[in-house]
Parts: sequence; C-alpha cells; structure tokens
Amino acid sequence: MKPPVYGVMAEFESPGALVRATEAAVAKGYKKLDAYSPFPIEELNDALHLHRNKLPLIVLCGGLCGGALGYLLQYFITVIYYPINVAGRPLHSWPSYIIITFELTILLASISAVGGLFALCGFPMPYHPVFNVPRFALASHDRFFLCIEATDPLFDRAKTSEFLETLEPKEVSEVEH
Amino acid sequence: MADQEVVERPAEEQIIAPGYSFASVTDQIAAVVLTKHTPVFWFATFAAAMGLLLLFLLAVGQLFFLGTGVWGLRNPTFWAWDITNFVWWIGIGHAGTLISAILLLLNQRWRNSINRFAEAMTLFAVACAGMFPILHLGRPWLMYWLFPYPNTMGIEPNFRSPLVWDVFAVSTYATVSALFWFVGLIPDLGTLRDRAGHRLLKIAYGALSLGWRGSARHWASYETASLLLAGLATPLVLSVHTVVSFDFTIGIVPGWHSTFFPPYFVAGAIYSGFAMVLALAIPLRQGYGLQGLITDKHLDNAAKIMMATGLIVGYSYIMEAFAAWYGGNAYEMAAIQHRMFGPYKYQYWVLMTCNVVAPNALWFKKIRRSPIVLFVWSIIVLIGMWLERFVIIVSSLAQDNLPGAWRLFHATRWDLFTFVGTIGLFTFLFFLFIRMLPMISIFEVRALLPQSKVKEEVNG
Repeated sequence: MKPPVYGVMAEFESPGALVRATEAAVAKGYKKLDAYSPFPIEELNDALHLHRNKLPLIVLCGGLCGGALGYLLQYFITVIYYPINVAGRPLHSWPSYIIITFELTILLASISAVGGLFALCGFPMPYHPVFNVPRFALASHDRFFLCIEATDPLFDRAKTSEFLETLEPKEVSEVEH
Repeated sequence: MADQEVVERPAEEQIIAPGYSFASVTDQIAAVVLTKHTPVFWFATFAAAMGLLLLFLLAVGQLFFLGTGVWGLRNPTFWAWDITNFVWWIGIGHAGTLISAILLLLNQRWRNSINRFAEAMTLFAVACAGMFPILHLGRPWLMYWLFPYPNTMGIEPNFRSPLVWDVFAVSTYATVSALFWFVGLIPDLGTLRDRAGHRLLKIAYGALSLGWRGSARHWASYETASLLLAGLATPLVLSVHTVVSFDFTIGIVPGWHSTFFPPYFVAGAIYSGFAMVLALAIPLRQGYGLQGLITDKHLDNAAKIMMATGLIVGYSYIMEAFAAWYGGNAYEMAAIQHRMFGPYKYQYWVLMTCNVVAPNALWFKKIRRSPIVLFVWSIIVLIGMWLERFVIIVSSLAQDNLPGAWRLFHATRWDLFTFVGTIGLFTFLFFLFIRMLPMISIFEVRALLPQSKVKEEVNG
C-alpha cells in the first residue's frame, strides 16, 4: 500500500544548518532521508555515508572493454580479415595498435562514466514528488532542504514533522505524491 | 629539524569579488540567459558571425562543386591552409580541457568561473577543426570510409597509419569533450528549469536537466563522475595533440621527422588555447558586467600559463634549429634554412616575434593586469600560432628533398574564405551558447563563496 504522502520536508537557510539537521535525523534513527543543496557539500557525504559508490568500478569495466575492443579490432582486421604485407613487416604490428587501443579505452570509460552516473541517479527522471513542494524550486538557488521519506520505518506524519520543527528550519511542509 | 617552526597558514585569498551571495551569483549568471533583453553587442556579433558563416557555406559549395583545386593546393604542396587551420583549431580546444580537467585534478579552484565557457570553446573549436580534414578529403561525403566497418568493398583502414590514429583521437576527443561539458551543465540546467518563466522554457530546460534535484546522493555520484572524467580527459588531451604531431613526425619530410614534436605541439596547443580563452573572456566579462566573477586574478593566471607554455614553444624553436644543425643531415639543415631565409622568411620571422619575443612582456604584472593589453597580446599569440603551423607544413612541403619538384604555395581567396568562415562558425556557435546556456558554472561558483563552507564545530 502506498503511504498517503511521499515524506516531510524541512527548509534551511545555510549549508551548516542542513548538515546539522541531517546529522540529527540520522542520529535519531531515520534511514530513508535525503538532503538537497544547490552545490555539493562534502559533510553531507559523511552524514549520509555516501563515500563509496559503484561508479569507479563501472568506469574500470568500461575502460577494460574499450581497450580490449580496440586491440582485438585492430588485430582481427590487420592479421585475419584484411592482411596487407608492407615491406615484410609483421602483420601483428602491436606498437602501431597502441594509440587506437588507448583512445577506445578512454572513449568507453568516459561513456560508461556518464552512463553510470545516469544509472546511479536514475536519470532521466521526468517526475519526482519533491518538486510538488512549491518552495523546492529554491533548492537549485540558495536554499537547503532535508526530506524524510514515508517509507522509513520510523516515519509518522505528525511526529516526524514535529521532530523536523525542533531542528529550527525555516519551514516544514508535507510532500505530496 | 628539531627547531621546526609552526608556520601559520596564510588566509586563503578569495577568488571572486566580495559581496556575492548564493542568490546573487545565481541571478547574475542566469539573467544572461533568461532575460528578454538581448544586448546590442550580442546581435551585432551574431550578425557578423552569421555573415562569415554564409561565406563559409559559399566556400564549401565552391569546393564541393570544383574540388580541392580551388584552394591553392598544387603538387607538391597538398597540405596547406586546410591542415594549418585544423591544427590551429584543435590546439585552441586544448586549453578548455586543460582548464576543466587538469586544473580540477590539481585543485585550482579559480578555474570554477571560467571552465564552462572554456569547455564550450573546446567543443566548437574541435567542430571547426574537424571541418578541415573532412573537406580536404576531396570526396567528403565518403568520410565514413575512415572508420572500420564491414563493407562490400572488402577493404579496411590501415591501422599503421597516423592519419587513421588521428581519426580515432579527434573523434574520441570531440565525444569526451561533449560528454564532460554536458555533465557539467546538468545542475545548472536544473537551476534554469526552476527559474525559467515561460512554460516552454521550463519544459526544455527540464528535459535537458534529466530530473536533477540536487540530492546528496546525486552530488556524491556526480563528484565521483567529474573526477573520473577529468582523470580520463587529462591523458586524452595530451594524446590528441601528440597524435596530431604524429601526422607529421611519422613522415620523412625534412623539418617534420623529429621526436620532440609531441611535447612541442602540446605546449603550443595550450599556448594558443589560453590566448583564445583570454580573447573570449575579456570582451565577454566587459559586455555582461561579469568582472566580479571573472576577475583580474583569472586573467593574470591565464596570462601566466600562456607565458609559461610560450617559453616552452620558444625553446622548441631553438631546439629545432639546433637539432637540425647538430644532426648534420643536409636536408634537415636545408629545411631550417628555407624557413629562416627562404621564400617564407617573413612568415617565419613574424611567428618568431609573436611567439618568442611577445610572451616575454607577460613577465610584467602591469601587462598581465591590463585587460586591453592582454586582449591585444592574445590576438598576437593566435596569429603567431597560426603562422607556426603554416611555416611547419608549407615550407617543408614546398621545398622538400628533390629541388626539381619544388614549387611555392600561393593561397587563393577560397583558402581565405574557408578559414575566415570557420571563425564565423565558431563565433556563431559560441554566441548561441552564451545566449541559451549559463556561460559560467553557477553551482561551482556558489561553492567558491565563503558562506558555502560548513563550519568546523558542526562535525565536532
């Protein structure tokens, strides 16, 4: 069953206030929460334990695939599919493969970095409930938001709102679906 | 080291002018895009660029209709303005990647307010550069033959050729630059989405921002992705101009066949690229009143990098002449002599003045802090770097090993129209960009403000 609201959101005026509030909410035991800010705040990663993500692994795999693809493509074409004997030079002339192998490593690693970023963030995402809060438009401007989601086991519409009020926010509002 | 003193860290110098807040930064940068009043100078420049773009289309039409002979290409000089322009444009692009990737890895935070438009510059410069080898193919509509693909002709590219390496290097560079630029834009597109007044604009920026909401989870992945892309773009940018220089060094033409071309070309690329950054930044900050965000400090730093790379380039010219003499190869010595005292001596000495003498003026702080002088200097550097490529390419080809085959190159008006036309194309694209997208990275400038720091006691 879908909970009646998406969550409860509090608005703050400074990055410090947001970090303090996030730390307090985590300390209180909330797990399903997210903080929104107009620029990256390193301390939020500490508060929400976001230091590790899968992106480096994705990029490594992409790069390895690109390198293998580049080398094998050239090997296949120059040795098997379309061998040309130029003044008796070996068909498998690996030094001249280096550049294209390198370029394709970078190309596929970069594409997987961007693809991985989109996958980890769930992009493209045409709809998200947080935008139903009118003041949330300021999250990309100069305000800082903390949202505790209804899927959290500790979530209770009234109690969570009350808790957020104790953190001295500018405003607390409910997030409709 | 027993009596080691504890030296107090000097207070960090603020990069952008004091008095900005998160809101005022956002308003000032977004206003350039979201205003209804386009400034007159924008229209004037855009109209001029449009005119040059039409000239480019005319020149390309003529080229398609009659063939590459409309340029001054005659045996033995089949590379001339076209390849000069290619190397010049792609070199200009390198400064954008240096600013966005290398300076990010080196934690040079001043880059935050110039990286966006420098990356756009990279992208459009690579687009202009890409025109030339393709137009030079003779049958440009068959350019896809450059890539390996299964075909009924049963033939494939020769992977031992540096020209094929170049295809891969430049197309990878264009793709990665575009990706890096777009990823950098996403948070700012979100800002524009939230601030746009018109519904159509909201939808357009909303679609482009992909649903960015600035969540801590987004930022965490985003920062990792930026660092990884910067780490990938750094070796890439160094490799691209290296591969461009291989187009020359792998050949045995006198004046080309040399192992120090790669570093020399990379330094030259960054030198001309920073000149273009300055040539764009100085008028733009004046026109849009952005002196508080692109400060004199930025110009000063860019001028310093320009001077440092200029000195490397000057050293390379001297080494080039020295290596020819010390190597004792008659053809190499003749090639240098032709450059210095032969039919292209004027171009050679002008380039030496622009690239060896002129950058030394930047030792003086007074010159580095004067926007007008710096603007003039950046134009001098751009001219010098164009002439450098011209002299390397044309003087070596027009007078190579066999005197009986010598013939001087004379540019035609179609050479000129094509080159000037790409300047129009570049300006056209660049002015569209500054009108439709934020030319300064809003979120990165917010992070430069002193109030973005979370105070120590929070964690304690």
